[in-house]
Amino acid sequence: MCGIVGLFFKRGAATPALGPLLARMLCQMRERGPDSTGFALYGDEAPAGAFKVTLRAPAGAYDWAALEDELAIAFLVACPARQYGSHAVFTIGADPEPVFSWLARRHSELNIFGFGERIEVFKDVGLPDDVGSRFELVRRAGTHALGHTRMATESAVTTEHSHPFSTGPDLCLVHNGSLSNHNRVRQSLRREGIRFVTDNDTEVAAGYLTWRLRQGMSLTEALEAALADLDGFYTFAVGTEDGFAILRDPIACKPAVLAETADWVAMATEYRAIATLPGAARAEIWEPRPATVYCWHRQ
Amino acid sequence: MIKFDLARSSVRELNQRLHRVGPGDNERHWRVVNPNGAHAIAVGLTAPIHVEIKGHVGYYCAGMNASAEVVIDGHAGTGLAENIMSGSVRVRGNAAQSAAASGRGGLVVIEGDASARCGISMKGVAIVVGGSVGHMSAFMGQAGTLIVCGDAGLDLGDSIYEADIFIAGSVASLGTDCVEKEMSPANIDRVAGLLAHAQIAADARGFRRYGSARRLYNFHIDHAAEY
Repeated sequence: MCGIVGLFFKRGAATPALGPLLARMLCQMRERGPDSTGFALYGDEAPAGAFKVTLRAPAGAYDWAALEDELAIAFLVACPARQYGSHAVFTIGADPEPVFSWLARRHSELNIFGFGERIEVFKDVGLPDDVGSRFELVRRAGTHALGHTRMATESAVTTEHSHPFSTGPDLCLVHNGSLSNHNRVRQSLRREGIRFVTDNDTEVAAGYLTWRLRQGMSLTEALEAALADLDGFYTFAVGTEDGFAILRDPIACKPAVLAETADWVAMATEYRAIATLPGAARAEIWEPRPATVYCWHRQ
Repeated sequence: MIKFDLARSSVRELNQRLHRVGPGDNERHWRVVNPNGAHAIAVGLTAPIHVEIKGHVGYYCAGMNASAEVVIDGHAGTGLAENIMSGSVRVRGNAAQSAAASGRGGLVVIEGDASARCGISMKGVAIVVGGSVGHMSAFMGQAGTLIVCGDAGLDLGDSIYEADIFIAGSVASLGTDCVEKEMSPANIDRVAGLLAHAQIAADARGFRRYGSARRLYNFHIDHAAEY
């Protein structure tokens, strides 16, 4: 099972409509994924020379203000954070790699769930209604977003194993299905310097795209290459800083519906998630073809 | 005409009301509004009633239909008219995968395109598709007729037993044990009849016929007495 949803506004600035609309879509996919829920939002851009990173603390109260102070001292720049439940989004005016090394040394209790100019990633065990309210989804603005409700078939039910998986700057992926060659692909990608945190198959697909984009491929080219290299069942929805893409495997057992209007593109595992969107009744609606990349970029 | 609003009542309430309609009742015409992609709308109908659904439906709409006439004024999700027994189901838009799966009888009309596995394991149903069908349509079909006015995707009729397939457009590839067969005058008449019944405009003479080469059978008819 699993339910995936995506909403992509084709143009314009970040809109406050994004969070409430994504919340409605996710709640329609409740029955498809009762184990965990996650979403990635593309919100405001970090200032020049800075990046955003979403960190997740272990259970219990966490002193994010103390971490802000520590980061400011270590990197000699203010690192403001916004806290949402167990997660916090930091904006850091430094290069990501030294920050990640520092976090690994000093704060190995923290998970890095996503980083880049605009991406913010939130995920946790629980139903979409609960997880959404934990992270104040209805109050979140942005230009596009992906969401996932998980019914685990392949690896453990934990926050870390929840989707979306983000393995590179501003890239994230949600997946309905299961990959059969992920262990071997993970080994190869590790040799290429891609970092993996879990034993989850979807994380490998995200890492694969990160690797291909790093090689200079476009998002469409990276997904076409994935058709040859990733084996298994999948419907993927992928987000980048300015892009949104859908790919189904050649057998296309895992469902997917796409809808497009002049203003937005939406994708969901089932139409009832799209039906919640304004203008859905007049949208062009179709089932994406097997082994065909659908990709949009913001204008 | 009885109007039923799925924004105000549940699918279960709708289906229970439809199931209560008896053979001599007057509640013959139903209009269902605001389906919003809900699953299992108008499933298991057994009375000869007419149900019109205004909007897009989710999975398994009109499944197991017997005697009723169901019209969907929109698109349909996975498993439309699954295991239909008799009556008819019409979709004015497109249908997702596995439309009319394992249907035993009746007529399923898809005015737009049908996705993958249309008519999978069909067992007697007649399916008329105004547009094209996706890959592995009529997979393991055992009886019945699939008519496609557009094109067919990969592996058409894979592992087919005895169903008849008629395609007007191109066939991306034939599945295992599916072959092209002669289109006889009787076949043309049959296609013309079904097209007329389905109210789909197409020239029956423009179709090609496909079916089983019967090489995958576990038994051979000459050995029938030995089983």
